[in-house]
Amino acid sequence: MGYQRYDLAPLTHSIDLFLYNHLPATWAFIAEMTIIGVVFLIFYAVIGLYLVLAERKVCAFMQNRIGPNRVGWFGVIQTIADLFKLLMKELITIRKADKFLFNLAPFIVIIASFLGIAAIPFAMGLHAIDFNIGIFYIMAVSSIGVVGVLLAGWSSNNKYSLIGAMRSGAQIVSYELSVGLSLLVIAIYSGSLQLSTIVASQADAWWIIKGHIPAIIAFIVFITAGTAETNRGPFDLAEAESELTAGFHTEYSGIKFAFFFLAEYMNMFLIASVAATVFWGGWMPLHIPGCESFNNTMDFIPPICWYFGKTAIVILIMMWFKWTFPRLRIDQLLTLEWKYLLPINLVNIIVVALIVLMGWYIK
Amino acid sequence: MKSIFNYITGIFKGVWTLLKGMSVTGKYFIRLDKIVTQKYPENRKKLKMYDRFKGEVIMPHDAGNYHRCTGCGICELNCPNGSIEVLTDKITTTEGKSKRILDKYIYHLSMCTFCGLCVKTCPSTAIAFSQEFEHAVFDRQKLTKVLNKQGSSLVKDIAE
Amino acid sequence: MSEEKKVIVELNENPEYIINMGPQHPSTHGVLRFEVSLQGEMVKYLIPHCGYVHRGIEKMCESLTYPQIIHLTDRLDYLSAHMNNEAVSLCVENALEIEVPERVKYIRSILSELNRIASHQLWWSAFGMDLGGLTCFFYGLRDREKILDIFEESFGSRLLHSFIVPGGLMHDIHPNFKKGITDFIKYFRKKLPEYNRFLTGNVIFQARTKGLGILSKEDAINYGITGPSGRASGFSCDIRKIEPYSAYPYVDFKEILYTEGDTFYRYVARMDEMVESMNILEQLVDKMPDGNEYTAKMKPVIKLPEGEYYQRVETARGELGVYIVSDGNKTPYRLKLRTPNFSNLFIMNKLASGFKIADLVAISGSLDLVIPDIDR
Repeated sequence: MGYQRYDLAPLTHSIDLFLYNHLPATWAFIAEMTIIGVVFLIFYAVIGLYLVLAERKVCAFMQNRIGPNRVGWFGVIQTIADLFKLLMKELITIRKADKFLFNLAPFIVIIASFLGIAAIPFAMGLHAIDFNIGIFYIMAVSSIGVVGVLLAGWSSNNKYSLIGAMRSGAQIVSYELSVGLSLLVIAIYSGSLQLSTIVASQADAWWIIKGHIPAIIAFIVFITAGTAETNRGPFDLAEAESELTAGFHTEYSGIKFAFFFLAEYMNMFLIASVAATVFWGGWMPLHIPGCESFNNTMDFIPPICWYFGKTAIVILIMMWFKWTFPRLRIDQLLTLEWKYLLPINLVNIIVVALIVLMGWYIK
Repeated sequence: MKSIFNYITGIFKGVWTLLKGMSVTGKYFIRLDKIVTQKYPENRKKLKMYDRFKGEVIMPHDAGNYHRCTGCGICELNCPNGSIEVLTDKITTTEGKSKRILDKYIYHLSMCTFCGLCVKTCPSTAIAFSQEFEHAVFDRQKLTKVLNKQGSSLVKDIAE
Repeated sequence: MSEEKKVIVELNENPEYIINMGPQHPSTHGVLRFEVSLQGEMVKYLIPHCGYVHRGIEKMCESLTYPQIIHLTDRLDYLSAHMNNEAVSLCVENALEIEVPERVKYIRSILSELNRIASHQLWWSAFGMDLGGLTCFFYGLRDREKILDIFEESFGSRLLHSFIVPGGLMHDIHPNFKKGITDFIKYFRKKLPEYNRFLTGNVIFQARTKGLGILSKEDAINYGITGPSGRASGFSCDIRKIEPYSAYPYVDFKEILYTEGDTFYRYVARMDEMVESMNILEQLVDKMPDGNEYTAKMKPVIKLPEGEYYQRVETARGELGVYIVSDGNKTPYRLKLRTPNFSNLFIMNKLASGFKIADLVAISGSLDLVIPDIDR
């Protein structure tokens, strides 16, 4: 296939070989971990900051505004300036707060969002760890974040924060189900939980095309539930600025607040990239079975562009939700999950099982 | 059976209303020519306030440094906030009559509510509103202004 | 006993969970405080605390002459400044038994209706924002800007005009005034369906507002809930119909009445009022006599004859009553304002208890409270 010309595996393997040849095995391992860690840290900061800028620009355009345009050309370094401002701010701890948990909470939230990136295939061969339970790992790790949110709300000793945290708890516990079940649809189709296998299985066409109706339903459910899981859009009840001022992070200031803020955007990135990988083929170029010349042209675009393009589109859809819809109420939020998304999902899984059994999908 | 039908149609109707809402934001997201906000300090040259805009009270002076204020103090009486103080001097004219002339016309911009009563009631149309709107200063003292210029005097036609 | 234990014991003895919404809270639109007792997410009861922006306008009026009072009435309900001005002006004119020219009456009614639309646009924006849809705020303000431009062109100010004075108007309107209004109506008739597409039809919005905070007609009358909030419950309280003033007798319009009285119908009543206001505006602009008279003959110093005078007008939020006691001087002996928001606020406990915090925000948004009008 044409896209294999962009395979990055030889490059990563050569680095790996170089390190192991020149260092003892333990040190080589540590050096590799450090390199990956540093790369991810930079990647994390850049993506987080620029997603904030992108969100501000997108919402500005939707609201007939220009958006940030003062710092740098078109406001490109606005969020970096904001970051420096937040770094210089005083970290206020409330006197009656539980100091240890109060300081711990932002780290739990940010670590939870950080761990997930490890399993994402960015391009062919550009993959930190290729777990055989990749999807499961990402879901498991990203749901740790709610612990941080709960801790933040509880330890702040603020009534608004507590309400926000409790809402968030109820929300994530329920929506985790829908996220898992909708991903299970593709797991059944592809017969694997390994992300690299799922991507490879979409070489002829993406699952959203191959898997037709059940896959589309699963995608819609996943986007909805994913938006809810990241505490965004119409589901931002944990923050709910018109009701709870700022919800669970009311009492946080400076860089600790920025941690919550960045984690929200990274979670969004994570959900978007999982959606892009599982439903839209990740780094796999657009292939239509039977159109060889079209497929070959598509293969000239590097996989990393495909990956980021698809992720950006999913992120745009999530932003679109946020800037259009009013916020749901807590009981409506739970009704949506338990009375709509979950039954739809369960029926969908049975249908998918039948489809796979009978081979009624595009092979 | 009917409830299941309602359940399913409810979902589709709900999603349809959501999509209708998204079409509005989506339309404006593409239509960048519909942006209404302006870049303020850059557009200063083009920015033209309406003629009647009540920016601040000024006292127009003509080319010969003449104003039209007789110092009667009607504006001071009419001002609801005490933002105008008219200080007058008594002088004796060449004919030996004692006459009141304007010494200082003090205007406290910080207290003004721009109700327009002073301009409306002025019998000799000596004061007017200017279109200036950038009033921000670092020192509050600067908001207290003396409206008549140094060495200015009353226009001849009113003085006689 | 350590401090923490003391708190726990206190909580066990008195298990009320009280939060203070305000004075600095995004949903109260100003410095209003709701003391809310919660049970989980449910509101058990709430006590409104007002007075944070009390400026003593009624007392200040006692030391000002009648033309000077006008500029203070702007600052009551700053979103319906023209109506407030008109209320005082009409009261003074009634006392002096002055008949203002026809043209002035028309202009006053046009200004009131324009102001009503502008006020409802801002309310729509803020209501959408209360429910979490931030984009509404910008759409509403974008369209409100057109009205403010018309105002600015004619009176030189955008919010606090002090334009309607006892005896007529401050000065004549701008030559472009009529054209500006017809242009605006043409523009806004196109935008209003967009509002409905964006928010009214939205399934989340309807779920958030329908069946919440139901106000019965009896309660509306007992508590004196006027304006669109009262009319959504079937309480016919439109002063423009009951006691027509200015140019309202000359136009044909219908009073928006609904009987449901929940948050959604309070919303619908305001949306319909915008349409009705545009109908009124079209008629008024057509019928407005030409000419340039903008004031009746007035004495330079206005002195009201001894006595008590009352005048009420319909502002964007309900009935505004002005009660002047005069002892024959050029300043009033006492000036009492019956402001609509003050009456509308105190129904909050009855409407919101038993609902959730999110509903409390929606209900207070649907009552369209303007805090300086409550505190005066």
